[in-house]
Parts: sequence; C-alpha cells; structure tokens
Amino acid sequence: MKRVSGFSRLLAVLALGLIAGALLSPTAAEAKKLNVVTSTTDLAALTEEVGGDKVNVESIAKGYQDPHFVEAKPSFLLKLRQADLLIAVGLQLEIGWLPPLITQSGNPRIQVGATGYLDASQFAEILEIPQGTVTRAEGDVHPLGNPHYWLDPDNGRRIARGIANKLADMDTADGAFFQQRFQDFEKRLLAAEQKWDAEMKPYRGRKVVTYHRSLPNFAKHFALDVIGYVEPRPGIPPTPSHTLELIQLMKRENCKIILVEPYFDLKTPQSIARETGAQVVVYLPSVGGVKEVTTYFQLFDYDIALLTKAFQSTQ
Amino acid sequence: MRRYASLLAIPAVLLAMPLYSQQAAGTPPRADQPDNAALMEKIRDLEDRIVAMEGQIRQLKSQQAAPSAVAGPTPATTSEASAAAAGPQTQAGSMPPPASVAAASATTQEPALGGAGGSAAKALNPDISMIGDFIGSAGHNPVNSTSSFQMHESELGVQAIIDPYARGDFFLSFGEQGVNLEEGYITLTALPAGLVAKVGKFRGAFGKVNTQHNHVLPWIDRPLVSNNLVAGEDGIDDAGVSVERILPAPKGIFMELTGQVFRGDSGDQQHPLYRAYSNSDVSAIAHLRTYKDITESTNIDLGASYSRGYSTAGPNFLTHLYGIDAALRWKPLRRSIYHSFVGRGELIWSQRQQLPSEQRAFGFYASGDYQLARRWFVGGRYDRSGEADKANLIDKGFSAVLTYWPSEFSQIRGQYEFTRYGNLDVHQLFMQVQFSLGAHGAHPF
Ligand SMILES: [Zn+2]
Repeated sequence: MKRVSGFSRLLAVLALGLIAGALLSPTAAEAKKLNVVTSTTDLAALTEEVGGDKVNVESIAKGYQDPHFVEAKPSFLLKLRQADLLIAVGLQLEIGWLPPLITQSGNPRIQVGATGYLDASQFAEILEIPQGTVTRAEGDVHPLGNPHYWLDPDNGRRIARGIANKLADMDTADGAFFQQRFQDFEKRLLAAEQKWDAEMKPYRGRKVVTYHRSLPNFAKHFALDVIGYVEPRPGIPPTPSHTLELIQLMKRENCKIILVEPYFDLKTPQSIARETGAQVVVYLPSVGGVKEVTTYFQLFDYDIALLTKAFQSTQ
Repeated sequence: MRRYASLLAIPAVLLAMPLYSQQAAGTPPRADQPDNAALMEKIRDLEDRIVAMEGQIRQLKSQQAAPSAVAGPTPATTSEASAAAAGPQTQAGSMPPPASVAAASATTQEPALGGAGGSAAKALNPDISMIGDFIGSAGHNPVNSTSSFQMHESELGVQAIIDPYARGDFFLSFGEQGVNLEEGYITLTALPAGLVAKVGKFRGAFGKVNTQHNHVLPWIDRPLVSNNLVAGEDGIDDAGVSVERILPAPKGIFMELTGQVFRGDSGDQQHPLYRAYSNSDVSAIAHLRTYKDITESTNIDLGASYSRGYSTAGPNFLTHLYGIDAALRWKPLRRSIYHSFVGRGELIWSQRQQLPSEQRAFGFYASGDYQLARRWFVGGRYDRSGEADKANLIDKGFSAVLTYWPSEFSQIRGQYEFTRYGNLDVHQLFMQVQFSLGAHGAHPF
C-alpha cells in the first residue's frame, strides 16, 4: 500500500510538471506572421525575398558552415517548435542533423509529410542523380542527386516560386502579396542574371577544380568545365595519391583555378596551386558566408566578381 | 518504372526544343528584338515547367511507389502534404544517439501496414543499417574479464517514419551468443501541447551515458560508475512509456523535462539494478535538461536525473539513483569538420536498500575529447566509483583514447586503461574497429 502511494505521488509530480509546462508556453496561434525556419541561409534569403515583412525567417545553418555537418543543438529546437514552416534543401544534405531535430521539436506542423514541411529540391533542376546502384566506395555520395543546387539563378527563381506558392497556401489572406513579391523578385533576378551571364560570358568553357562537388549547377549555368575535385571522393579528405593525380590532370588540361568553400582547410589546395601555378579562390557557397553578403543577389555578385578577377589574372 | 519512362519522354522532347532554340538564337536578346525576347521567355517557362515536372516525378517515385495511392484519400492535409513531402527519403541509424534518432522517408498516406507488394513494398522499406563493433583486448582483468578478440556487438537498425504523426525505431543487438532487442519503440511526434511520447522498449533518460548506444560513446568501454551503479553496458533499458516536453524558459535557454515509467527490470547478472517482483513494481525516471549556447561555437549542457525501482535485494527493497550530468562543447563553425572539444562528466549517487543496512554509493567520471584533425581524436577519462551493494569499496581508473576515422562510416580506436579495484591494479589495452553499413545516420550530439 505504502509502495503504491509513493509511486503515484511521483507520477503526479511528473504529470503536473508537464501540464504546467504545456499551459505556460505561448501557442503558435498568437503569432500573426508565419514563422519560417530554413535549414540553410540561401533558402532563408529566398524566403525573405518573397515573404517580405509578412514572415519571420530564420536559418539553422550559418552561411560559413559546412551544411553537411551542422550539430543538432537543442537551441535549434526552440526555433523549430515555434515554426509554421520548415524549408529544407533535401536530397540528404541535412541527413546527419535535421531528422533528429524534427522528431524532438514536439511540433506536429513541421513533421515530414505534414503541411509545414517543404523540401525545396522538388522545385529545382537536380544534377548528378546517380544511375544504377550506389555504394559508399564512392565516398559519402548523395544517392538522390547533388543537393548543392541553389547556385544557379534559374533554380533560385524556381525555388522562390515554390516557396511563394507554399506561403500563399498557408496564408491565403496574403496570397496575392506573396505572388506579387515573387513577380517582382523574378523581374529583378532576370535583370541580374543577364548582367551575370554577360560578365561570365568571356570565360565560358574555362576549366576549374572544386574542393567538394558543390558547384555543378553553377558550372552548368555559366558553362564552366569542372575537371576534378580536391576531395578524392565526396566527403573523403584529400589523399596524397589523389592530389598527385589532380596536379597532373591540371597541368595537362592547363587548369588554373581551384575553387574552395570557406569551411575547408586551404593547405592542400594551396600546395596544389604552388605545383600548378593555379590560383586558390575561396568562393561563397551560401548567403552569409561573409558578413557583407546578405541576399541571394549579393551571393552571385560576390562570387562572379571573384571568379572574373581570377580568370583575368590567370590567362 | 514503365510509367515514369513515358512521363519522362515528354520533358525530353520539350527539353530538346529550348536547347535547339538557344543555339539558334545565338546572340542574347536585345531590347529592339521583341520577338527574340518573347521567345526566350517562352523557353524559360518551358524549362521551368519541365524542371517542375521532374521534381514531381522524383517525389512520386520516392515517396510512394504505387502512384495510385497518391490519388487516393489521405488523412489530414492531403494535397498540401503530398506536395510538401519530397526529400530526405532514406535516413537512419549509422551512428544515432537513441535519444535523438533520425527521421526517415516521407509518407503522406495511411501507413500501408504490411500489405504492399512488389515495387511498392520496396519503396516503403524502412531504412536499414548495421553497425559492427569488433574489440580486441590485451591484459588480464579478473574482475571484468574480456576475450582477446570478440565481435562485441552487431547492431541492426530499422527505422522509418510511420506517418506524419509518428516514427518507429528498432535496434537489435546481436552478440556472439544471442540476440537482444536493445530498443524498439514508436515516437509520437504530433501530440498536442508540444509533447513528444515514446512507447516501447528503450534506454532510459538517466544522465547521458545511459542513453547512448555503444557505437556513439567516445570510449570503447563504459565508465566504472555506469558498471557499478547504473546496470553496466545494458543500462536502464526496459519496456515502458516516456513523455517529454520543452519547458518555457528565459530567452536562449533550452529546458526539457522527461518522465518515464518502466516495467521495472534492468541490468544483468553481473550488473543487477532493478527487478519487478510484481506488476506494481514499476521503475521510473525523471530527467531535466538545460542547455545554453554561450557563443555560436561553445555551449553548455546540464542535466539532473532521478530514478527508482525495486532492487535485486528483494521485493521490499528500493533503489534510488540521483544523477547530475554536464557537458561543455566547443566547435568553431568555420572549421567545424577539423576541430572540436567536448568535456563531460556525470556524478551519480545510489541509495540501495538491502540487509543489513542501506548502502549509499557515489561515483563519477570526467572526460575530455579533442579533435586534432578531420579524422583524429584524442581523449582521456578519469573514473571513480563505489559499488552499489558495498558502498565503501571504491574502484578507480584512468583511460587514454586515440580515435581515427577513415571515413564517416568506419572508426578505429585504441584505448589504454588502468583500473584499481580496491587494491588490485589492472592494466589493459583495447583496440576497436567499428563499421557501419546502409542508411546514413544522424550524428550524435
Ligand atoms: Zn555535398
């Protein structure tokens, strides 16, 4: 008898704690603006373009951080539990950290398959979708296709359109507002795209090496020829034998540019550059990679300025 | 597959058109060439529509192999949900911490429980992973003996999103002798009021080490305090129900309360802890976690735990456990794949009723792990613990650990360990090879 009562007291305390917590916390209903959380800064930038001041947008990853290896910190749960919409890059880019955050968020709206979960990859042109069987002998491959798809302004437009449609679905009262903002964004993006295309036009067909396979869509859009990678396989750090092969390849192909994401060590790229007379260019894969780059437009402005300068000085 | 082939033919034809026109157009359109500009716009629209179609096909293929099901009635937010549910299709357990196991494939439909056949069945397959854990050891330990070579554990993980409201996780641990259901539970992710519940068999939320599978530990073995006071390698791992919730807290502070009730059986013969003599002998755990980012690269994680259950001493004897766990982590975001540090420790007090008198034992460990380079980690651990049924018998130990990751999916680790059991000194050397097959797991935090 005594045993049972002691135990039920414990249970009661636990239950009370949980209920009190439930009652004290603010509910999402009071927020008028849609709360959008994105996995990366690029998606946040595109959401800001179409959402304007009708949405609050926050990104989990920082622009200068490797998006494959974000830590699933509990502080992100505080953002996710309030979110009406979670926008992910998808294609397994966030496989190491986003799923546990979604599960632990205690937020039914953003669970995979619920209304508030949006996979942006469905709107974009996806390259490097592997054919046939995939094994990890090829490294940490992305078996659903290359998830670094946002660095093509055409994909930027498509993703923004998808996000605008989603926002309009979720907040019908502001639907016209989001569509209007998208049309405005599209217009500005097309104008910018013409400028970028013109700036990059003299360098069509130029050969480059990248560190990770982060640039297929960018290279396709601006007709660059990616001939090799510093990583021997995706996610595998450089090895001496691969580095040697790459040096020979670059010499043979007369490739003078090595593009490196800001979160990789520069030692190997620099030693390759010394051997081949190439130039190491630390480009930005994402908005927020440096403080000044805060919009999707500035991202391309920054990278294209870097690249055109590097191309000019290397041939 | 045939279905998609014909669907894909349309975009293929459409795709050919703009390619042709782009070449034909040659120079970029100028303002005085309205026809050209209009044509470009048309091409762009066509391209966008093709890309959108491809995206839809990818989704159909990955989320539900049987397209007929997509058209069928679905619960809750039908069209929206199916539009939104592309994405990280596969997923799961390479090295997932049980408390935060990964999510999986998107299913917007009613769960097709067992019924689907053929290709539909394949698309609905859960994510499967297998982690091998091989340990070699040298040195003689009469207290806790280990073989020279052992395939210590082979852990099979089977994980999937069940529906938008729940996910399921199974971890079967194959030893060299037999199989053990390490964990098998459903997590209810769409409960009201921000509650998250688990039902099934799972590792209890007492402190940190107790929640962790072997393969996510920073050491080859578990700390002495886990062995002496918290049921050893198996830990508090039992069938029951768990409810957790994030609590309101001052801005920037994460607080979470977890309450768990178990049948009341935990531990093995070597490391006995709880035993249920009757159905009312349930055990329970309460855990409060507080977390704060100090900077973007540094954070602190504090926990307090309480647990109780009926001890192996007999039906009327209770064991109470109290614990404090702390972790300080550092990982500079710009170089996050190269350098990091984690300092952690747990203090555990055990209060075990037994004859002739209650034993109050205390133990702790403190450890630090530093990542030297992308693939290299070095760490150390200090151990000290009384024994649950003989509180003034104190064991102490020290370990040094070196870890190398050939890739994200394998790990080689060496550990030197010195232990003093009472006044018996033991020196041991361990070597561990871990490898993971199948679905990519979430990284433990
Ligand atoms: Zn990648």
